[in-house]
Amino acid sequence: MFTPEILASALSFISQGTRKTKYGVQARARAYRRTGNGTVTMIYSRVLRETHRVNMKKYDAIVIGAGHNGLTNAAFLAKAGLDVLVLEKNEYIGGATASRELHEGWMYSNCSYVCSLFRPEIYQALDLGEHGLEVVPLQGSTTFKQDGDYFGSYHQPAVRRREIARHSKRDADASIRFDADLMKWCRLVRGFLLRTPPDPASLKIRDAMEFAYLLKSFYRLTESQIYEFIRFFTMSIAEYLEEYFESDAILAHFSGGSIIGTGLGVYSPGTAYVLLHHAMGDVDGNIGSWGFARGGMGSVSKAIASSFQSMGGEIRTQADVQQILVKGRQATGVVLDSGEEVYAGVVVSNLDAKRTFLNIMARKDLPDELYRRASNFKIRGSSGKLNIALDGMPQFPALPIGSPLTLGHMHFTDTLERLERAYDDWKDDCWSRDPYVDTLIPTQYDPTMSPAGKHMMSVFVQYCPVEVEGGWTDAKRDAFGETVINQIASYSPNFKDLILHAEVRTPREIEAEVGLTEGNIFQGELTLDQLMFNRPFPGYAQYRGPVKNMYMCGSSTHPGGGVMGAPGANAAREILLDMGRENTTPEDFGDD
Amino acid sequence: MSKHDFKQVLEPTPFHARVDEQCMVKNWTSWNGYQTARVYDTLAAEYFAIRSSCSVMDLTPMEKYRITGPDAFTFLSRLVVRDISKLQAGRVTYVLWCNDEGKVLDDGTIFQLAENDYRLCSQHHQLDWLLLSSLGMDVDISQETHEVAALAVQGPTSYSVLTEAGFSGLSQLKPFRILQTNLHGFEVMISRTGYTGDLGYELWTDPANALEMWDAIFAVQHLYNIRPIGLDALEIVRIEAGFIMPGDDFNTAETTVRADHDRSPFELGMGWVVNFDKPYFTGKRALIAEHSLPVKRRLVKMSVTGNKPPADSFLFDGKNGKRIGTINSQVWSPILKANLAMADIEYRNGMKPPEIWAEIYYQKELEWRATWAECRIVEKPFWSHPRRSATPPGQY
Repeated sequence: MFTPEILASALSFISQGTRKTKYGVQARARAYRRTGNGTVTMIYSRVLRETHRVNMKKYDAIVIGAGHNGLTNAAFLAKAGLDVLVLEKNEYIGGATASRELHEGWMYSNCSYVCSLFRPEIYQALDLGEHGLEVVPLQGSTTFKQDGDYFGSYHQPAVRRREIARHSKRDADASIRFDADLMKWCRLVRGFLLRTPPDPASLKIRDAMEFAYLLKSFYRLTESQIYEFIRFFTMSIAEYLEEYFESDAILAHFSGGSIIGTGLGVYSPGTAYVLLHHAMGDVDGNIGSWGFARGGMGSVSKAIASSFQSMGGEIRTQADVQQILVKGRQATGVVLDSGEEVYAGVVVSNLDAKRTFLNIMARKDLPDELYRRASNFKIRGSSGKLNIALDGMPQFPALPIGSPLTLGHMHFTDTLERLERAYDDWKDDCWSRDPYVDTLIPTQYDPTMSPAGKHMMSVFVQYCPVEVEGGWTDAKRDAFGETVINQIASYSPNFKDLILHAEVRTPREIEAEVGLTEGNIFQGELTLDQLMFNRPFPGYAQYRGPVKNMYMCGSSTHPGGGVMGAPGANAAREILLDMGRENTTPEDFGDD
Repeated sequence: MSKHDFKQVLEPTPFHARVDEQCMVKNWTSWNGYQTARVYDTLAAEYFAIRSSCSVMDLTPMEKYRITGPDAFTFLSRLVVRDISKLQAGRVTYVLWCNDEGKVLDDGTIFQLAENDYRLCSQHHQLDWLLLSSLGMDVDISQETHEVAALAVQGPTSYSVLTEAGFSGLSQLKPFRILQTNLHGFEVMISRTGYTGDLGYELWTDPANALEMWDAIFAVQHLYNIRPIGLDALEIVRIEAGFIMPGDDFNTAETTVRADHDRSPFELGMGWVVNFDKPYFTGKRALIAEHSLPVKRRLVKMSVTGNKPPADSFLFDGKNGKRIGTINSQVWSPILKANLAMADIEYRNGMKPPEIWAEIYYQKELEWRATWAECRIVEKPFWSHPRRSATPPGQY
C-alpha cells in the first residue's frame, strides 16, 4: 500500500512524467525502492487522471458519502472547529436524500420522498431553516378499495373519526386506544434516538449509566405496559392491529407503514416495530405526521451541506473512495478510485455496514468476527420507486369532488391478504403483481418541483426483489414499472395519458446509483436483532469501527433508517468525545 | 355506499336548527364531534337561568349505548365498580368504571329501561371498551348516540315549564327515576337526572320529534324565563354541584400515555362508589390492593380565597412552600361569590396537607401580576338546595 511513510522513504525514487495518449495528456507516477541486494524495484505505478500532485494536506476528518447522515456528521465535526472533507462518489450530493431533474422542468425526490423523522434538534442546531430548508406537513392518507369505496384518514380529527366510524363504529373508538398505545411506545423509543446505545456487556461508567437510563425508561412504564411493549416488539403488524380494528380497509391502511422498506410481510413477526419507526417522527410536534421538504428531499441534504460549508467544510463530488487506509491498526485516510490518497486523523463511513466492511476496508484490517457479522448483516432489498412527470392532475373518481385526500398518501391495497400475497411474490424472486404502493403528489403543495398546473408523482413500491429469475434486465425493470402504473391507472382513468416521463428504479438501480447494498432503504433491516446495541452488530453499536480513528455514521447504525440525521449526529458526538473536543451535537428536546 | 362529507367537520344534532337560530355569538366547539354552543348569548344570563328559572341544553352529544340481552345485567355489574343489584326498571344510577389496573375509564349513568334492557350514558367514547369487556357474554351492545335526541331541562321552574309544556305525571317523579310519557302523540322518556345539582330533568326522544319537543318547551317562554344554555354555563354549575368531569379533572385511563397520569376512584375522591362486597368487577383486585395503602394523591374540591382566578395554578403546602399539586378546573361562582376549583394534590401519609396555597398569575391591562391565595378543601358539594330532591317539586 502506498502510504505516506513509504512515500517518504522512497521520495528520491519517485518519477513523474506525462505522455500523449489517444485519451489526452496522461500523467503517470512511479515509485521505486532499492531492495537489500541493491536491485531497484518499481513498487507503484499509476495514472493520475486529474492531478499528479500528491495531496499532502491532512484533514482532521474525512466523511465517506454525502448522504444526509454523512453531511450531518460532517457539520457537527466542523462546528467543533475541525477541518472536514466529505467525499461523494456521485456528481450530486444527498445519497438517498436527493432532488433530481431527470425530465426538464420536473424535480424528483427520486429516493426518499417524505420527511418526518428528521430530528428537530439537528434542524435547530445546524440552522437548517436559515440554510433554506422548509418542511410542509402533508395531509392525511387514503386506501382505495376494490369495491369502488375508499377509506380516508383525514388530517382533521373530527372528520377522521367520523370516516373511521363510517367503516366501523367500533374501530372509531378503538383508534383512541390504538393512538394512546402507540404514543406510549413512541415516547419510549424517541428518547433513545439522540443517544448512543449502551453496551450492555461493558463495565464502563458511561455504558452503565446509559444502560441505567434505558432501564429507567422502562421502569417508567407500568408492569402491564412492559409486557405489552415486549409483545409489540415481537408481533406481526397484522396480529397487532387485529387486537384493535375489525375493518379490512382500516387494517390494511394502518399496516402499510410497517412493511415499507422491509423484507417482511404483514404477518411476519417484528413488523409491528417498523410501524412505530414510521410513526414516531413528527412535524412541529404532531407525532406521526409527515411532511414534504420544499424543493424535494434534496433540500434537506442541500441545507445540511450549506450549513456545513458555512462552517468551513469541504465537499468533493465524483470522489469514489476505493479503500480506507489503515496503518498500525489506525485509520489514516482513504484512496480514491483515481489513485489519489487523502489523509485524515479520523475516517467516518456513511456507507452501509456491508459496503463499509466488505468493500472499502481490507480484509486484513478486520477481525474475523466482524467480517462474519458484516457478511451476515440483513440488508435485503425489497422496494422499488417510480418518479413520474405528469401533464396534469390525475383524477380519482372514487373520491368526492374536491376531496383533500389527494393531498396525502394514496394506497391501493385494501386487505391484509393482498398485502401478504404481495410479499409472497417477493419471496419467489418476483416483483409483486399486485404491489403495495405509497403514492404522493407533492406538487399540489410545492410550486418548485414542476411547471404550474403540471404535477410530479412519487410512487414507492413494496415489494421488488434484488434478483428476479434470470436476472434483472432493462426490459424487466420496465415491466415492473408497467405493473405499478397499471395498478394506479385502475383507480385513475386519466393517469396513463398524463405521463410525460417516468423513472423506474428497482433495487438494482438503487444499489448502482445510490450505493445502498441490495437497494435496502434503511441500510439494514429494522428487526430486533439489528436494533439498539445490536445495530449494526453487537459490540459495534457505538459508531466506532474495528480500528482506531475509524467510525460509522450511516443508517446501519442506531437508530437506523429514515431521513433522521440521528446516526450522523450520534457518531459526531462519539468522535468529538474521543478527540477531547467540545460536544456540538444537540440533546433531545425531551417530551416531558 | 354512503360517501363521507369531508366538508362537514362538526356534526349537527337533531336540535341544530333551533340551536343555530338561538345562538347569537356562534361560539361553537366540538363535543364528541357534534357542533355545540359554548355560549348562546350572555354567560351570566345562562347561568342564572339554571339557578333562578329554567335552562334548556342540547344533550344529544353525550355518548349513549344500548345494552340488551340475557347477560346484560351480569355484564354491567362486572363493568362498573358500584353495586347495581338494586337497580330496577324505571331507575337510574350513577356509575364509574375502571380498567384492570383500577384506573378510571369514564363515569356515567345506567338507565334500566326494561328487563335486560339498559342504556349507558358516558362522557367519552366507550364502545371499544364495552365490546372488549363483553367478550364471551350473551349481550348486545350498540351505540345509539345519534339515534336518541336528548335535552336537559334544569332549574327551579323546570317542573313548572315541563308541566305547562304538556308533559304530565312529573309531580311524583323522584330523583333518579324514569317516566315514560308522551307529547303530541310521540313518546318521550323523562328522567329526573342532571349535571347541575338543581331541580331538573332530562328528556329523551326519537330525533324525528326533536324540534317539536324543543318548540313545545319554548312555547311557554311567555310564562317563565327559559334560556338555552351552552357548555360554559354548565361548567360553572357542575363544579358548584361538585360533579367531576372525566378528561378535564383527570386523565381517562384509555387515553393516558404516561404512567401515573391516570387515576383510581379513591384518588378521585369517589371511593364511595366502589363496592368490594359485590361479586368480581373489573379492577377489583387492583383497587383492593390500593385501598390497603394510604392514598397518595386526591382530586379535591377547593374554595380559593380572593377574587383572582386560580387558572392553571400550582399549589404549595405554604406560601413559597413545596409544590404539591395543580388546579385542573376552576370557576367563579356567582351564587357563592367565591372561586371554586377541582385540584389534584399529593397526600402525605394518606393525610391531606394542613395548608394549601395557590400561586395565582393574573393580568391587568397586559401586565402580569402574581399573588398568593389560601385554599380550603371542601368535602361536600359547594352548593346544594333541597329543591333538587323535593318530591313533589315546588312551583317556584
